[in-house]
Amino acid sequence: MDVFLQTLVAGILKGGLYALIGIGMTLIMGVMGIINLAHGQLMMLAMYVTFVLSTMGVDPYFALLIAMPLLFLLGVAIQKFLLNPLIKADTILPENQVPMTVGIGMVLTEIVRFIFSSDYKYITTTYSNQTFYFGNISFSSALTIAFVIAITFTVAMFFFLIKTDLGRSIRATAQDKDAATLMGVNTGRITVITFGLGSGLVAAAGCLLAPVYYIFPDLGGPFTAKAFIITILGGLGSTVGAIFGGVTLGLAESMGATYFGMEYEDIIGLTIFVLVLLFLPGGFKRLTKI
Amino acid sequence: MLKVSGIDVFYGDLQVLWDVSFEVREKEILVLVGANGAGKSTTLKTISGLLTPRKGTIEFDGVRLDQLSPDRVIGRGVVHVPEARRLFPEMSVEENLIMGSLSPEAKKKRYETMDWVYELFPRMKERRKQAAGTMSGGEQQMCAIGRGLMALPKIMMFDEPSLGLSPILVQEVFEIAKRINREGVTVMLVEQNVRQTLAMCDRAYVLENGRVVLEGTGKNLMDDPHVKEAYLGI
Repeated sequence: MDVFLQTLVAGILKGGLYALIGIGMTLIMGVMGIINLAHGQLMMLAMYVTFVLSTMGVDPYFALLIAMPLLFLLGVAIQKFLLNPLIKADTILPENQVPMTVGIGMVLTEIVRFIFSSDYKYITTTYSNQTFYFGNISFSSALTIAFVIAITFTVAMFFFLIKTDLGRSIRATAQDKDAATLMGVNTGRITVITFGLGSGLVAAAGCLLAPVYYIFPDLGGPFTAKAFIITILGGLGSTVGAIFGGVTLGLAESMGATYFGMEYEDIIGLTIFVLVLLFLPGGFKRLTKI
Repeated sequence: MLKVSGIDVFYGDLQVLWDVSFEVREKEILVLVGANGAGKSTTLKTISGLLTPRKGTIEFDGVRLDQLSPDRVIGRGVVHVPEARRLFPEMSVEENLIMGSLSPEAKKKRYETMDWVYELFPRMKERRKQAAGTMSGGEQQMCAIGRGLMALPKIMMFDEPSLGLSPILVQEVFEIAKRINREGVTVMLVEQNVRQTLAMCDRAYVLENGRVVLEGTGKNLMDDPHVKEAYLGI
């Protein structure tokens, strides 16, 4: 029983971070109708920002306050100068922005490799390996803090989307772009802000992951894949779905690691992914409706 | 009040409007009739800034609209209720109404205007928490009109408000348009429903193949032999 509870806790803690990764991608998916295949690479970049700052003695959680705005600006620039011009070109479908994001991801990876080489980097903090106990269940301090911060961001994002005019405009643009334009929403500006927000959120996830993970240039790809899986599980464009998707993937991975062995971690996640596609196409959005 | 002068509009290389000119006078109900594909919707989209004319000008109260972005156009009180309603389906009725009042001026009076809209459409008040996409066609049309009113229009342009509605509801929608007009809003209707709209309007223009071919008062046009033959089937 303890093993099961321990696995459950580990999965949920991981799931909180995954939710934060997924929510950025699902926002971009909803508004632009494209999958951002540079999502994990943006997170990788934020982890390197955290790493550089930590060598200067800045705590990873404090680095979050620097990495997030930095990645927000990078996201804004990517959308404004690299993706939006593609919409204006005749005969190029919006889907053709997707290969562009692949290119952006590659460039980011190689720039980082050029500067930092492919070596694994670690950020060691006093709490990286610290745990505390609640009954017989151990909680990793770093992951627990990460979970709390991730959930705070996710909830804040949710209320931003529901309660503010800018948030409503983002949702309106996702639901009917032309109608939103007619209401006076500058949809070009909305796509830029959305890409910035998505990048900022995944940057936060990167900062939170940095103390408990190793950092290397190629980690972007696997995390883009994870973000994609979370988004599909949750239902494309669904914020609440992304939270469910993130926690589901986190749980599946940790259950897989405990009961089948570490090497099966990814297989379990992907199996759930296929099952959801088969039996609940449209993802959890079908159940939550938001 | 609104003056469209000699506009040519293209979709890519395809010309849709040819030298279209007309005028909407303050406080009147103006109708633009024409068959499918005559360019009625294109005309409205050009006025509201979704399309830019290649030639010609659009003036509203002495200000050029044709170079303004859609948010500036709506900010001046030129409001377009689009064809097929185009509500935000997953948002509630109330959120849809809020989306109509984004311009700084409309935002200041948001909740006052909303009370007025609920007074006009008590149905919308009952359904204010319901997702707009789950309502009936008639209710959605009310919501779309309400959303337009939230922008505090000086002129309200309706694109085929009768589309897909039962005859009773069509009647109701036209009554609403008249009522909005009585409240002091200039109304421009774009319709295929020629008989009913000519009967209720002050003046009308007939659009064919992207050109204005006839203009006059509603009564005059109803007696016009061409209108009778082509649109009224007499």
